[in-house]
Amino acid sequence: MTLDELIERQESERERQRKLKRRILCCTAAGCMSCGAESVRKAVAAEIQAEGKEAEMEVCGTGCMGLCSRGPLVRTSDDGALYGNVDAEDAAALVSEAPAAYARLGVKRIDTSAPFFTKQKKIVLAHSGEVDPERLNDYIAAGGYQALGRALAEMTPEEVIAEIRKSGLRGRGGAGYPTALKWELVAKQSATPKYVVCNADEGDPGAFMDRSILEGDPHLVLEGMAIAGYAVGAQQGYIYVRGEYALAIQRLQAAIRQAERERLLGSRVFDESFQFRIDLRIGAGAFVCGEETALIASIEGRRGQPRQRPPYPPESGLWGQPTLINNVETFANVAPILLNGGEWFASIGSGASKGTKVFALAGKIANTGLIEVPMGIPLREIIFDIGGGVPGGGGFKAAQTGGPSGGCIPAEYLDTPVDYESLAAIGSIMGSGGLIVMDQASSMVDVARFFMEFCMDESCGKCIPCRAGTVQMHDILTRILQGEGAPDDIEMLERLCVVLRETSLCGLGQTAPNPVLSTLKYFRHEYEQLVQPKPAAAGGES
Amino acid sequence: MPATTAAPDSVRDNREKMLERAMSRHNYSGDALIEVLHAAQELYGFLPPELLKKVARKLKLPPSRVYGVATFYHFFSLQPKGEHFFQVCTGTACYVAGAQELLNVLERRCAKAGCTSPDGKVSVQAARCIGSCGLAPAVIYDGRILARVTEKQLNEELDRIGVS
Repeated sequence: MTLDELIERQESERERQRKLKRRILCCTAAGCMSCGAESVRKAVAAEIQAEGKEAEMEVCGTGCMGLCSRGPLVRTSDDGALYGNVDAEDAAALVSEAPAAYARLGVKRIDTSAPFFTKQKKIVLAHSGEVDPERLNDYIAAGGYQALGRALAEMTPEEVIAEIRKSGLRGRGGAGYPTALKWELVAKQSATPKYVVCNADEGDPGAFMDRSILEGDPHLVLEGMAIAGYAVGAQQGYIYVRGEYALAIQRLQAAIRQAERERLLGSRVFDESFQFRIDLRIGAGAFVCGEETALIASIEGRRGQPRQRPPYPPESGLWGQPTLINNVETFANVAPILLNGGEWFASIGSGASKGTKVFALAGKIANTGLIEVPMGIPLREIIFDIGGGVPGGGGFKAAQTGGPSGGCIPAEYLDTPVDYESLAAIGSIMGSGGLIVMDQASSMVDVARFFMEFCMDESCGKCIPCRAGTVQMHDILTRILQGEGAPDDIEMLERLCVVLRETSLCGLGQTAPNPVLSTLKYFRHEYEQLVQPKPAAAGGES
Repeated sequence: MPATTAAPDSVRDNREKMLERAMSRHNYSGDALIEVLHAAQELYGFLPPELLKKVARKLKLPPSRVYGVATFYHFFSLQPKGEHFFQVCTGTACYVAGAQELLNVLERRCAKAGCTSPDGKVSVQAARCIGSCGLAPAVIYDGRILARVTEKQLNEELDRIGVS
């Protein structure tokens, strides 16, 4: 396909959609799927057929619509209405144009002027819930692959990197390394071949952003990777995706096939001399493979154990070749930046944190689901306005960000703006975007023990501080929780935290103490109550 | 794609041929070891020692490397799985919502996490976060995601499949 043909295809697909009286969009992301979305979609399709309305209505499955707690979700295109808790029996009403239908559906209609919707800003998730991830034409109608086409036709690789630099985009996997710097490092290597790797080994417990992006808009990630390939001079890309994400894998495979068929990937992309292939590598269940050198080992078919850095992957990565590794959400930001310009992107967000961030809201919060907010938004707005607060009257106690590498943020820091630096300053991290809310009933020592158990299980065993240290810390935390802790246990925990942080080989061990450190900092009294049990009972535990 | 249960009978006779095909697709390259193990587990349901040795021979890798990789990743199982397979998500959201109670029920009635009940009926696993935090606590039961599972539901399902 050429760029002109792509634009023509966009026009004709838009025209086709405009002529339809109604498109009925059913969320078929994993969350809605598990509460019956597929039966809703089938029932609507059957109803359209039974009514003989195939020419004027169509039903399609889409990616995540965000409000997972109200699934299955359905949206109708003509009036933009969003309905929650839809079941197969609503099919007739969804297809009907009679006012009576609205009476049935009215109670299921979700108010889209609520803060949950209005306080969000969607760049990465702009198509999620709007396009059918299994239809390439849907993505093309939304402007898909134009950023790649334009980059190949009108920009040099240096200009692409300059645009990314202007945008201020930073890695969305957690560490926040400037994306343009990484691209430059790979681009200036003279060794070939070079590789582009998409890290989709989303392993933080409580995080499902990457999975939702891959399920809802796989082409957006493919396009971002191809642009990166052009910018750094690579011809081969790999997506390393968690084996647990069956639906994402299936949709990625389909998307790669479609794009190759239309010459949007493969050899002679857009009939230009640029070639770029993407292959999937399925992870086999090891959290440490999110670490870049471990991920490389795993793609090479070895045990996923990290190695000493430097050399960093941009110099020596996959099979010793220059390798660019970015996270799913980072790649998903690339095409919108090229389409709208780096300045546009840099105008969103705050300080050194530009653009938006996708968060997965979970735990004791009313609106669990997937959200995208401008960086710098206060945590309070995310939890209380967008999230709808803490249900059940338990009251807010802490928000956990950054998974096992992050920390717990107590109520007094609720007004902290959500950006890389502010979160780091209060002992947590942005992380990849998992945000779990805990209410007063949660024991923070138990939360710390939970994360330590996770790190203990996932430690690859290569370096001693992490392999042995996580076990010792887990034992102490368990002992404290059982009311058998000694008064000097807290001090011992703190010492172990320092040892792990300073001497572990990779990020897993270095950050494993964070949940303990942050709970010790803000909820020390819970530890102290447990190590010196009053005759009555150990408080703080529920 | 990784499957959680063994292949159906019709496929079983062809397993050897299909594994051969999976290896030849990757040109018998040692780099494709993890892909090949995925394929082997999908076909056989688990990875017995003879199968690992065979993969080692075909990919020209030392058996120690194949065994090392197979035991490193949680996904690969060297033991046969039970008739039914419960993976209880133990991600943070599910943990806060009571995943431990579900594991306790399974341990009491079937097996501990990571084990199979003595009658070979049920295998239990504590899964890493499956990314369905909106559905907490979630359980993958024979490949299907169950949302907001209660102890009562779980007990009823165990009754239904005849766990005493």
